[in-house]
Formats: sequence, structure tokens, C-alpha cells
Amino acid sequence: MRRTAKNAGAAGELRRHCFCPASAEHPDRTVPYGRVPVGTYSRPVTSAAVPLLADLTAKARAAAHARSSACPCGAATLADRPDGLVVRHANTVAKAHAPGTDPAALAGRLTLATHHPDILLPPLDRAPADLHGRLTSFWPYGTPVDPDDPDAAPWEAAATLLARLHRTPAPVDLPAMRGPRKAAQAIGRLREAGPHPAAAPVLRAWATLPPWARAEVPMPDTGTLCHGDLHLGQLVRHPAPDGPWLLIDVDDLGVGVPAWDLARPAAWYACGLLPPDEWTRFLAAYREADGPAVPAEGDPWPALDVPARALTAQTAARAVTKALAAGRPLDEVEQSVVDACDRMATVPPQLAQDHAK
Amino acid sequence: MQCPKCRAPMHTYNRNGVQIEQCSGCRGIFLDYGELESLTRLEAQWSQAAPPPPPAPQAYPAPPAPAWGAPHGGHGHHGHHGHHRNKSFGHMLFSS
Repeated sequence: MRRTAKNAGAAGELRRHCFCPASAEHPDRTVPYGRVPVGTYSRPVTSAAVPLLADLTAKARAAAHARSSACPCGAATLADRPDGLVVRHANTVAKAHAPGTDPAALAGRLTLATHHPDILLPPLDRAPADLHGRLTSFWPYGTPVDPDDPDAAPWEAAATLLARLHRTPAPVDLPAMRGPRKAAQAIGRLREAGPHPAAAPVLRAWATLPPWARAEVPMPDTGTLCHGDLHLGQLVRHPAPDGPWLLIDVDDLGVGVPAWDLARPAAWYACGLLPPDEWTRFLAAYREADGPAVPAEGDPWPALDVPARALTAQTAARAVTKALAAGRPLDEVEQSVVDACDRMATVPPQLAQDHAK
Repeated sequence: MQCPKCRAPMHTYNRNGVQIEQCSGCRGIFLDYGELESLTRLEAQWSQAAPPPPPAPQAYPAPPAPAWGAPHGGHGHHGHHGHHRNKSFGHMLFSS
């Protein structure tokens, strides 16, 4: 199935905007990059955002032309969200990180990606640049997972990369992985979004979590390197189009509880959304690669339970917030995540057992 | 109460009017005297009311899932196999 403007537009926040006169020639038109934005700007663009987008696009073009004298000049906005603006020009991707990003923390994360090019896509330059008050970074383009063919999702590669990341010694000055903080932000936005019948079960599920999972106290594990925001949009093949799979997006990377990185697929499986065989492939590949987040054998849920609850609550909170903003009911998939939250309140969380190797 | 097997605390649940205790550690289940019979009786009533269809053949046992998970074999796992993955879930797979 070819991605259409209609179903890409359903992604809501995704936008595409082109500054290249030869737009019909764009090589990326049929090659999606994670959440490929298609459509036109339908929400107000602030006066501050216009120069940022234009200048980020110009920077991406300049960086691309510096890398290749024969540039096909294909440009596209890959993502335009509050937490990051991402622009592609041919073989180069430029990202303006979220406002308020800590420069030292980002520099540490970029340096780490530079040092582990077999796990993380390495940036073109390890020092972030300043553009209109936003920190920016530059990356080689990689081919993403095809959103129209999630059955071809590289579960084994994702699990193996995570296991390798989790076994990599963490630099002493790396900040904490930001997963719990992002979950807490989603819950905060749900609280501000106004009344909704599904808000109560989500908040009850959130209340079952220990304080570390709600970002109220530091995480219990501060020695393990974690990605912090794993989903299928965080994997690319580099060099494009058929190089090895690598992880992208270092914004949430840091030290913490490694089970957090397995918890999104775990939550999808628990909610009845991810088929058992795909979950089994992911978990088996992680164990095969000696990943330390779960015991090598037996029930993985004592380790996964708390992070999977947190990510289920986060996903449900985002779904309810978006449905409220759009004035639409929850769809069947969103409702199944809310239903899982509802069941959590009746079952106390499992305690992770120490299975450190 | 404490689990006789692993000593973790046990929590009480009500299943169709039958009180059962489940261990928060090993997830074993403790039944009081007569509770197994109550469950068997309830199951028999259920079978008489609507005989359940024979279980679908399964090549491998389902991997473990948390107690708060969707019921296995329920509607949740249907419709996601093959090439008809739900569009909303397809989007969720790629979302923070």
C-alpha cells in the first residue's frame, strides 16, 4: 500500500514543507523517513518559527552540499513538533532540538553517538550549533522503517541494538535517561487538557507506579546506558538504503533502568495490540544478545511491569489529550490502552528482582 | 498473608464471587477450602449456558503477560495478524 496524503495527514502533527523548486524530483517522495510529514501547514505558523524553519533548511542544504558536489537537491521537513523540527536535504538531516535543551547534556549525548557508530547513527558534528536560540545538530540521512509495512519491522535488529547499548559502559557525566520525565509530561498535559471519562483510569494507573517511574525521584539504576524513547521511528538503515540498522534520536538517551527501552513493545503486547509472535521475536533477540534488562530465562515481567505500566499510561494520556483537542472519540486501539490502565489499578505492580549478571 | 512458596505478600481478588489469593511475587494462586469446588461449579454453569468453542490450535504457548494485560485469545489479538494491522496501531508503533 502506498502511503497517501490522507493517512499521513491522520498523523496530525506531521507536516511537509518544501523549499526546493524541483519538488517533483524529490528523491524522498516515496522513501518515508520515520514519521514523514505529508500535507500542508494547517496550523498557524508563528513568526518565530518561519525563520527557524527557513534557516534550518538552508543549513541542511549547505551541510549536504559540503558533503557531496552532485546533490540532487531534494528537501523536505521530516518532523515539526514542539520537541523538535527535523529537515532533510538529500543525504543530510538537520534537527532543531526542543527549546530549553541543555547544551552540555546534548553535547554529551552527541559525543556518545559519535563513539558508538555500530549502535547509534553518528552525527556529522558532535558540537551542537545555535540557530535562533535553538540547538541544532546535523546527521547523515538513513532509510527508516516503512510505516506502510510494519510487518517488516526489524524487531530482532532493534532488540540487538538495545542489548548492545545496555551493555555499553556509560560515561560518568551522562545525564539520566528521560523516559520517566516524558511520561510525567504526558500525564501533566492530560491533567491540563480538561475533563474526559478516560482520564480517571489513566491517572489511577499512574498512581500505582513507584516514584522513580513518575520522575519524582532518581531512577534506581544509574549505571546502564538507555535510549529512553524506543519506537519503530527510531531505527534507520545507514548508509541508505540497505546499510545496517542503527538507533537515532539521542535526546532522551542517558543512564537509567534499561527495561524502559523494552517497555513500549511490552506494553503493546500486554494491551493486546502487538501479536505474541512479534513480542517473542523481540524479547528472544534481546536475550540472545545478552541484554541485561531482563533475566536470561523465565518470566521477564517482574522487570518489565513498572516501565510497561508507565508507558501504557503515557500512551493512553497522549491518546486522550489528542482526542480531546480534536473533539473526537477514542478509537479502538486507544480505548484498549485506556482499558489496560483501568485493569492496572486492581493489580499491584510487580517488584523487579535483582538479576544483574 | 504471605505466599507459602516464595514468601511474597498475597493479594485477594474476587472472581465470580469466589475469593482467591494471588502472590505478588511468583503469581501462584491460593484457594481456601471449598473454593475450588465453587469455581468448578461456576464453570459447569457457564458450560451449560453456552458451550465454549474448542480452543484454537496454537503452535507455541503464549508468552507470559502481566495480570493487567488484555485477555489472551480475546478480541485484542484478533485482526492484527497478516496484513491488516490496525491503522491507529500502525501510527502508535512510530510515536513517542
